[in-house]
Amino acid sequence: MSQRYHVIHETLYRYASSVSLSQHLLHLAPRNWAFQQLEHFQLDITPEPAQKQTGQDWFGNSSMRLALRQPHDMLRLIAASTVNVLKRPAGWREAPGAPWEKVAALLAAFPTTAPLDAQEFALASSQVPLLEDVRTWALASFTPGRPILEASRHLMSRIYREFEFDPKASTVATPVAQTFQQRRGVCQDFAQLMLCALRSLGLAARYMSGYILTHPAPGKPRLIGADASHAWVAVWCPENGWVGFDPTNNLQPDLEHVVLGWGRDFGDVSPMRGVILGGASHEVEVQVTMMPAENKRFEDLLEAVRQRPLSREPAPAALPSGGSPAARPR
Amino acid sequence: MPRQFLAEYPEDPERYDEMFAADGEARPHYAALYDQLLGQTAPQLRELFKDVDRLIRDNGVTYNVYDDEEGSSRPWAMDPLPLIIPSDEWRTIEAGVIQRAKLFNAVLADLYGAQTLFAEGRLPPAPVLGHPGFQRPAHGITPAGGVHLHVLAVDLARSADGQWWVLNDRTQSPSGMGYALENRIITSRLFPDLFRELRVQRLAHYFATLRDSIAAFAPHEPDERVNTVLLTPGPFNETYFEHAYLARYLGFPLVEGQDLTVRDGCVWLKTLSGLRRVHAILRRMDDDYCDPLELRADSALGVPGLMDVVRAGRVLLANGIGASVIETGALAGFLPGLCRHLLGEDLKMPGVATWWCGEAPAMEEALAMTDRLVFKSAVPHPQGRRFEPVFGEDLDEDGRARLDARVRANPRDYYAQELVAISRAPMLDRGHGRKLLARPVGLRVFAVATPDGYMVMPGGLARSASEQDVRILSNQRGGGSKDVWICGETAGSPVSLLRRPVEAADLVRSGAGLSSRVVENLFWFGRYAERCDNLARYLRVALDRAADNNDSGVEWLTLAELGHAIGVLPEKCPGREAVRELVKATFDSHHPGGLASHILHLSRTGFQLRERLSSDNWRTLNALAQRVGQKPHDKVGIFEALALLDEYVSTFMTLAGFALDGMTRDHGWRFLSLGRRIERLQFQTEAIECAMRMGVKGNPDWLLEVSDSIVTYRSRYMSRPEWIAVLDLLIADDSNPRGIVFQTSGLRDYLERLNDSLGGMPDTGIEALHRRLLVLDPTLDFHPGSEALKEALATLRAASASLSDQIGLHFFSHSDDRSRVIA
Repeated sequence: MSQRYHVIHETLYRYASSVSLSQHLLHLAPRNWAFQQLEHFQLDITPEPAQKQTGQDWFGNSSMRLALRQPHDMLRLIAASTVNVLKRPAGWREAPGAPWEKVAALLAAFPTTAPLDAQEFALASSQVPLLEDVRTWALASFTPGRPILEASRHLMSRIYREFEFDPKASTVATPVAQTFQQRRGVCQDFAQLMLCALRSLGLAARYMSGYILTHPAPGKPRLIGADASHAWVAVWCPENGWVGFDPTNNLQPDLEHVVLGWGRDFGDVSPMRGVILGGASHEVEVQVTMMPAENKRFEDLLEAVRQRPLSREPAPAALPSGGSPAARPR
Repeated sequence: MPRQFLAEYPEDPERYDEMFAADGEARPHYAALYDQLLGQTAPQLRELFKDVDRLIRDNGVTYNVYDDEEGSSRPWAMDPLPLIIPSDEWRTIEAGVIQRAKLFNAVLADLYGAQTLFAEGRLPPAPVLGHPGFQRPAHGITPAGGVHLHVLAVDLARSADGQWWVLNDRTQSPSGMGYALENRIITSRLFPDLFRELRVQRLAHYFATLRDSIAAFAPHEPDERVNTVLLTPGPFNETYFEHAYLARYLGFPLVEGQDLTVRDGCVWLKTLSGLRRVHAILRRMDDDYCDPLELRADSALGVPGLMDVVRAGRVLLANGIGASVIETGALAGFLPGLCRHLLGEDLKMPGVATWWCGEAPAMEEALAMTDRLVFKSAVPHPQGRRFEPVFGEDLDEDGRARLDARVRANPRDYYAQELVAISRAPMLDRGHGRKLLARPVGLRVFAVATPDGYMVMPGGLARSASEQDVRILSNQRGGGSKDVWICGETAGSPVSLLRRPVEAADLVRSGAGLSSRVVENLFWFGRYAERCDNLARYLRVALDRAADNNDSGVEWLTLAELGHAIGVLPEKCPGREAVRELVKATFDSHHPGGLASHILHLSRTGFQLRERLSSDNWRTLNALAQRVGQKPHDKVGIFEALALLDEYVSTFMTLAGFALDGMTRDHGWRFLSLGRRIERLQFQTEAIECAMRMGVKGNPDWLLEVSDSIVTYRSRYMSRPEWIAVLDLLIADDSNPRGIVFQTSGLRDYLERLNDSLGGMPDTGIEALHRRLLVLDPTLDFHPGSEALKEALATLRAASASLSDQIGLHFFSHSDDRSRVIA
């Protein structure tokens, strides 16, 4: 069983004065992996960049570099894709995994048999330091001998219960220690906090960047552009491989999460990063639409986004990356 | 006689002594130096320090220290006595360092390539992949010639048995080569005879090889001249002096990130005449700051898109991106195995015994003998906190328990090293002169990649520990430095064959290739130099008059108005209060409009230009800045102030002389001169306008004095100043270098030359104003009441201010346009 989706991720930059040169690094194409196939991807860029190069980063995510050399006062990117998300095997949600200390010991051993990327994801990164008090806090879930996936589920539900979703409480650069202390944030913060807890215990976990399907209120139509980027984590377990946990929604990703890419933290896979010359000040507007493929034809959906009237009004303030929770607002 | 010398030189059987053998006799290679010292009196030896201090001060050798209240610059500390190493011993060190450089390059090639070392279990991934120096975007890049590591520095120390050990490796962008060169210049002057007699190996060949090797490795067309730049993070970096010094010595333009741009897949230097291709970058900027697009996003220092050009092989970066991962101390224990595996030979130079705690047995062993070890972190912020080296011997039981807990919580982030009782070398006692002090000493050795393999600098930088902590050798902590003499056979320094000779097509004359930032600094250097000169002359005249207590006359009132206009006096300042204000403006560097603060501006601008200023010019400027702030302004009397102002005025004349007689007339010089002329025009028009307000009855004496024209006037007219003659001399006389017409005609000529060569600045109106001055009629207009003259002067002043803006907009605008990172 599987589910096909169309995903459209539109980014609009508007500059107060003309930008003479801009360069961008994008992570906007969903990646293939065991439970996801990318069927189609296209990227509209206005104005047309002078240089465009696709590549793969260290983590195997597809990346793209752009350079625009003509003076421009706006930049619009529409990344549109169709992906097929595959159902996880039966019993997958309940799998307990190996005792967590055994996994930690396997990762710490040298010489080791753990795969290189698992070892790498057990280490601190620039946005996810290893913190002693987070470790202590996490130990309440990781009791001695407890299976790793079971303990991770417990940790996930504690983040869900003890932390409040609050877009005003954080930015893309909010440190984990602050999230931990103020007990609020958005999906990016919760994902990085969970990574911090797991890695501080010596476990390996990835930052997952992507999208989640939202459900419109009963009787209401699905709106174009009403979705957002999302973030969660994946924990490494020797028997089960990488298993996803979404602490923002207290659920394990299955058919409703689309993966863009993964890295050690947000910094490795931020959808768009740029350097501009000029421009004075800028506004950025991001609109995401994720829709089951059977609801609308890809071309029609893309056309609807392209034809969207761009207001001349100043764009609304940028949402903190991560956006709103999917399953239900909190 | 030696008794006095060695009164404070205790025996220490635990340590090797560089100078004295166990029997107390000087070692043979030190004998000549020791004899020379014994033959000198205490005052003679104290004189050595004076010479060192003078040379350091004159050359402005500084080492910027972070968190220093003094601001950022501290004079370089150097002990006159060199560390001497005989050549046979040196050959062992040399071979060890060359092997190490080869080994590191091979390790880097694997880490950024196939990564077989991880797969085969020869190297633990954690200290590499967890080290911030491992740059993931560099994975898969094969640099030109396969060289990741162009410059390596190795810190060595000698143990009691005479063996040299490696303490640290520096692979990011090693500092110290420039200081070594500077130390050498000083010691070769202090001990010229000894230097010859001992046949000390020279350093020049090493630097020539460095320069030529980078050019040889750089991607370029066969007949293309390689353009290498030295990339610095800027004047606030701790070793900025060295960046500027090396850039000048090697002949590389010194650039900051904003001077470079990436277009069409290449790196370019922004110059006055447009973009100029850059083939190689010797970087003194940490690699993570080099490209805000792919590396650290919060870096405002780098060059966006640089990684892409490196990846395409269109620019050489020395050292390569990611080379600093070698600096992780956790690697040390794996080097012997890696050396056998990668080079097929045994590691020649041993590292200090190291235990990486990521290996459980190693951790247990280390924690069982903490008191003999020093614990360090393998990453900069283990567990989110800084970790200063912990010496086990300093810990009580509690401390040991804390260390134990911290290491066990995250063993991968720590390693332990054996404490070595490092050798000591004699240092002259500064205060006494004729007394030797024993100080632990370490040696930094440098190697550079050449197309024929690595070459080691025959010398290096020795560092003595400070008294506070003899276990740490650090310039940040206030230790001293020493020159290093390798004595004996000369290597015969073959002349490098790599270098392509200069051909006619390469000849550079115009200065159109100057970077925009340098040109902008030259322009402001000209303005500040002239402003300082004007201020000093004004202060001298005003102090003299204010002290006269004649503050009711129209002369003082107008002179005070000028003082207000140029920012040194409050409005309508009576003479009796003015003395204090004027002295303050002369001495107080916090007075924003004062002379002292402008001298500091001048010196700072000069500092950014130092690779372009001659040593003489720099010395003069440096001496000037050192006078500022020597005495609090409220402790200074008027005579002292006047004496200092006299001295300043002479110094400003000297600086003007360098500009006039010591610089080639290229575009850089033209911008400096434009700056001077605009500033002088501003001041002279202001001064004349103020003086004219005295009316015909007023005595324009002070105007002639601040305009430095009193002597000319007197020799011409031999009478009390008359307005018509004064105004003619100060405005229309095109032979008077202080005159208005002299400035306008200069501005017109320089702009014409710049426009001819660099093209199109819109009409500045200077030409028209210049002609308007020429048609003024002395009989009608050269008197204080002339409305036409007043208006002409006011228009001219406004025009010169706008000219300055126009020049900035037209020639420098892209130099201050900084890139911004957006998310």
